[in-house]
Amino acid sequence: MNVLKYLFVGFVFGIVLTKSEAVSWYRIYEMFQFQSFHMYGIIAVAILTGIIGIQIIKRNNLKDIKGQPIEIIDKEVGSSRYWIGGLFFGLGWALVGSCPGPIFILLGAGFWSVLLVLLGALLGTFIYGLLKDKLPH
Amino acid sequence: MNLIYQTWSWYVSGFLIGMIMLCLIYFGKTFGMSSNLRSLCSMAGLGKRVEFFDFDWKAQRWNLAVVLGAMLGGFVAVHFMGDASNVAVNPKTIAQLAQLGIDAPNGKLMPDALFGTQIWQSPKSIFILIIGGGLIGFGSRYAGGCTSGHAISGLSNLQLPSLKAVIGFFVGGLIMAHFLLPLIF
Repeated sequence: MNVLKYLFVGFVFGIVLTKSEAVSWYRIYEMFQFQSFHMYGIIAVAILTGIIGIQIIKRNNLKDIKGQPIEIIDKEVGSSRYWIGGLFFGLGWALVGSCPGPIFILLGAGFWSVLLVLLGALLGTFIYGLLKDKLPH
Repeated sequence: MNLIYQTWSWYVSGFLIGMIMLCLIYFGKTFGMSSNLRSLCSMAGLGKRVEFFDFDWKAQRWNLAVVLGAMLGGFVAVHFMGDASNVAVNPKTIAQLAQLGIDAPNGKLMPDALFGTQIWQSPKSIFILIIGGGLIGFGSRYAGGCTSGHAISGLSNLQLPSLKAVIGFFVGGLIMAHFLLPLIF
């Protein structure tokens, strides 16, 4: 594993999310109030770029960096877990205005109160691990 | 130089985020941030108690390197690449927030009302941040991904499960933003 390339990709990700303000609580609130196109534009262009890129990869059977064929694994079939899990996630996203990537980015930037969000997120992940077999998926 | 300091446009930012995801695919990996939370739980030794965390987190070290890089990127962007024109949200949004008692951005990324240093003296504020994080952590693992794993990676690969999850994200977010936030603040 060459750590540097992953550090670099992460570094660019941190800068882009900060400079586009996707890490900002205000931008998330504004998005959910439908008062700006900014966040919708970011998500839409990211997906569009991704769709085009993935289609190019699939149609040309492109290889990855190690020369292996690129395989993109499909998500597991299911419904309840996506609807219910998604709903829980959305409630948290709009409350503290950050999803998992931004939690780390904001911490790196020195917003120490976000440590509480990270602590909560780890607890939430742990609770899911405990309850996993009892939840509908 | 303005290009560095001002808010980056949605089309440039969206394109770069899409390229980051494609770059990780080219490296033979996938773009997904919330799985790092599971790795951190496993690193803390929780695999001995709960089966879900009993996996080879070391195989996920590359993703922890992405996280570390993202933290450095956040540091650089906040400390060296910002100016007072940033976070120019809709004036309507600012007026609405003022009614809830939440301060205007004025170049800041985060409202002091929720994230300022005074929150450490307020059990209610501490509770809000932990609960919010809890919902994010629980929900993303339950749904098997977050904004990066489902909204960007999943929808780019035309995955129906991801569409369900993303609709769930937005329904949850709209309920919080329109009905619950006014009750909380």
